[in-house]
Order: sequence, then structure tokens, then C-alpha cells
Amino acid sequence: MKAGSTTILEDVDVSVAAGQVLGVIGPNGSGKSTLVRCLAGITPADSGTVTLDGDVLTDLGVRGVARRLAFVGQAEHTDIDHRVDDVVRLGRLPHRGRFGGATAADTTICEAALAAVGLGGFGSRHWNGLSGGERQRVHIARALAQEPHVLILDEPLNHLDIHHQFELLDLLRALPTTVVIVLHDIPLAARYCDELLVLDEGRAVAAGAPADVLSPTLIADVFRVQADVKKSDRQVSVELVGTLTSATTE
Amino acid sequence: MSRSRSSVTLVLLTLALVAVMAVALMVGGGSITPEQTFRALATHVGLPVEPLPRLADSVVWQLRTPRVVLAAVAGAGLAACGCVLQAVTRNALADPYLLGISSGASTGAVLALTVGLGAGAVSVAGGALVGGITAFALVFALMGRGLVSSTRIVLTGVVVGQLFSAVTSLIVTAWGDADSTRSLTYWLLGSLAAARWSSVLLCIGVVAVAVAAFQLVSPSLDALAFGHDSATSMGINVRTVRLVVLLGAAAATATIVAAVGAIGFVGLIVPHAARLLVGPRHKVLLPVSAASGAVFLVAADLAGRLAFAPQQIPVGVVTALLGVPVFLLILRRQDAR
Repeated sequence: MKAGSTTILEDVDVSVAAGQVLGVIGPNGSGKSTLVRCLAGITPADSGTVTLDGDVLTDLGVRGVARRLAFVGQAEHTDIDHRVDDVVRLGRLPHRGRFGGATAADTTICEAALAAVGLGGFGSRHWNGLSGGERQRVHIARALAQEPHVLILDEPLNHLDIHHQFELLDLLRALPTTVVIVLHDIPLAARYCDELLVLDEGRAVAAGAPADVLSPTLIADVFRVQADVKKSDRQVSVELVGTLTSATTE
Repeated sequence: MSRSRSSVTLVLLTLALVAVMAVALMVGGGSITPEQTFRALATHVGLPVEPLPRLADSVVWQLRTPRVVLAAVAGAGLAACGCVLQAVTRNALADPYLLGISSGASTGAVLALTVGLGAGAVSVAGGALVGGITAFALVFALMGRGLVSSTRIVLTGVVVGQLFSAVTSLIVTAWGDADSTRSLTYWLLGSLAAARWSSVLLCIGVVAVAVAAFQLVSPSLDALAFGHDSATSMGINVRTVRLVVLLGAAAATATIVAAVGAIGFVGLIVPHAARLLVGPRHKVLLPVSAASGAVFLVAADLAGRLAFAPQQIPVGVVTALLGVPVFLLILRRQDAR
């Protein structure tokens, strides 16, 4: 995948099993956003294919993809003062017929989606009155309203209070939906993801279960920080210690 | 904004439109009473009433009625185009003339006037239509293939508009005489005085098709609010929607400008006013914009006819004079939120 003369992503091969949570981590500029946008069908890849449930993404068409896959990008901004429930209802667009209007079932689904992100009762609120975190969660509610098999989220935890970060990750793990999530927070990724993909400078450096992928060496190589990694019973806990020069080496 | 409140607003607007059109039909020179006006209309609609003498009948049916109908259709068309263009370009300042069409139409009109192709009003309108479409074709070609950014659409439109404006000025200064310059100025201000049934029927046809197309894609327009990527992830084919909007707006605007000149402010302001009334959902916003635009332009033309009677002020002047304070009101209302 190239932009101009710069190669953003090269030779990345990734697969996600149904119902799993795949965390994509890596430093800035490693190509995480580009990768998930390719996976979501937003940005076409220069070479290679993306398949969803065995179907090639480009064959499915935009609506076909949207019925099964929902994407929440970074900082989706608007000046227009939409109502929250109208924004969430946009998630039902792929499921409506060409001339179909909103149905009662749509309303129920949208309300459930808002409740799932902790914004139950926010339907009549307006966009301009929401905080950054609330807007982020409305976007996620919209994605949930699409009733996707696969949910792809590009840095959804930005702007969220820690409390909401944990809530969201708990929700994503509890859902039967397959999730691909770009994260900056390594300890959270270690704790909540079933699989990890580590990117560095456009290449996949490691892939697999957190317990298999994360080690102080890898974290030092890729993220250039010192970390303690404790593994117990397939659970991995990562504690970031400091920069490579300041902390003592093991 | 509940669904029932939107319906009520639309019904009220329709009633207001009928009322203001009725008033506009009854007002004017020729000392024709309201009763006579009704008889003239009824005759042409096919009701069994006693027809008016020929002259009075012409005043009502050949002069006033096409003018009032054209005002309504042009107002509706310009407002609807402004509404959808603001959505597609994600720019609150977008209006139908963004696509360079009014500048192109002016160039076409002035060419017809100075070069003198054909005779009279038909050639001016024809020149304007060709000029408008040419300008838009140039914008479309320069815009670039693929999914271009909204900003690029705006910039290309502005640049092409400037180009055609410059060409218009060039033609006027180099070859224009006093008469054609005056005609052009009058035309540029936007005037409904030359309304005839031929141009009205064409406008009705094109605007109706365009607005119907816009209404079909109106749910997709809501999705565009958050940018192309979001819209794509919601299953919207952004390129198709954009194409429908641009082509529809270009066709409607070119036809309207050819018929009535460049009437400003309607396409820019009315959608904002409508948004304050019924909120941003395009399924409701679009028809309300169109209805409001129709009411606004019929009323503005009426004011232009009455304010300094018997002198007629071109409607483009009235819309600008009314438009500025209305715009300021809207801005204040937005700040207050």
C-alpha cells in the first residue's frame, strides 16, 4: 500500500477468527490506521485482497460490506447539530431497502446500541452539546446499530475517560462480534485482546496471542520503552517502566 | 424535531405559498379585480366561468401567472440546490452558484446580447443555458476523478466562476454598447419580468426531476455529514450520490439562471433558515427548503413590484436586501444556542 513514493504497508497478512478481539498496536506511522481502513474497505489496497466470511470485499459492494462490517474512524467531525438518535439511526441505512423508511425495529436497535455504550436516554440530545468522549461513544453506538459481524475501530479509546475505556473494552469483549481494534495502550491491549498484531514501519513484526507476542524485548524494539511483562495462566500483564535509557536493564 | 412537527411545518409552508401566490396574482397594473383574476385562472383551468375580455385575460394569464409560478419554481429550485450542495461539499457557504454556473450563464447571455445570435429574449436564455452548462462541464472535468475532497469541489467551482466572470467583463468592455450593457446588468440582477410560459414549463420540468432525485438520496446526504469515510462505512456510495447531486443541481441551476438571471441569496440562506425550523435531517429539510424558497421568492418579487410602484425593482436586488438581515438573524440565533 503506497502513498506517493512512500510505502505505508507492505506484506501484511492478517486473519481474525470469528468472535475474537484482535488488537493492532504499533508506534505512530506504523500503518495501523491504513491497515484497518483497508480491512474495512474504506481505502483500497494497491495489491492483495481482503475477504470477509470468505467473500472478497470488493465483490460485496459498499452496501453489502456495510451490512456485515462496521467501521469507526478517528475524529469524525461535523458542524451540523444532529440529534444523537438520528446519528445512531444512520447505522440502519445499510439494512433498509432502497426506498424504505425507518421501522419500529430500527428504533429498538438504536436505543439498545445507545444503552450499550452507556448513553441510554441521550437520544434527544444534540451533537454540539456533547463532549468529545460522548461523541465518540455515539459513533460506536452507530456502528453497533449496523448489527455487524465484524466491528473495526480505529483508536476508539482516544478522548474517553478511563472509566469509559474499560466499559467499552468490556463491552467489545462480551459481544459475539469479531472486533479489530487499534490501540495505543499496550497494557489494555494485553489484557483485553485475544490476538495481537504488532506493526512497525509498515510491516507486521509479530502476530499471535498476547502471551506469545509480548515480551520486554519486543516492546523495547518496537516501542522503545522498558516494560515488565508478567504472564500467568494465559493472562498477560504489562507494566510500562520508562524510557530505555532511564530505567535499569534486566 | 418530531416527525409530526415537521409535517405541520410543511403543511403551513404550503398554505403560505398558496396564499402569497394568490396575493401576487391579484396585485399589479391593469386594474384587474381579484374576482376577475379568479375568473381568468378558472377559465384556463377549464372551469365553466365567464371568461374575461382578451386584454385583461392576457395580463393575468400571460404576464402575471407565469411570473408568479416561475418565482415559486425558481425559489424552490435554488433553495433545494443550495441545501444538497451544502451537504455534499460539507460547506455551509455553498450555494447553487458555487459550481460556476451563474458566471458561465452570464457569459453565454452577454455573448448572445453582443454578438446578437437569433432574436431577443430566447437567444439570451439559450446563450445563458449553454454558458451555464459549459461552465459546469469545465468544473466537472477539472474536479478530478475518484473521490475528491469537498474543498476541491468548492475551489474548482470558484476558480471556474472567476474565469467566466472575467470573460464576461472582457466581452462587455471590449464589444458592449450602452444598450447591451444595461440589459446585461439588469439580467445579472435577476428579474422575473420576462417570464413566459415556455421558460416556466421547462423550469418546472427540470426542477421537479432534480428535486425528486435529491429526495431519493436524502438519507445518504445525512450520512455525508461525517465525511466520506464514515459515509462509505455506512454503505453509501459517495461517488454516486455526489454525481446525482452535482448533475441535478447543475441542470436545475442552469435552467433557472437562463430563465431569470442570477438571483442571489436564495440558495445560500434559505436552507439555513429551514434548518433552524426543522433540523438537519435531509428527508425533511429538503422539502422544507424548497417550499420556503418558493414562498421567499414569490414574496420578494411581490415586494419588488410594490415597493416603488410603478417602478419594478429586480427581484435579485430584493433578495439581497432581505437576505443580509435574515442571514444576520440566523447567525445570532445560532450563537444563542
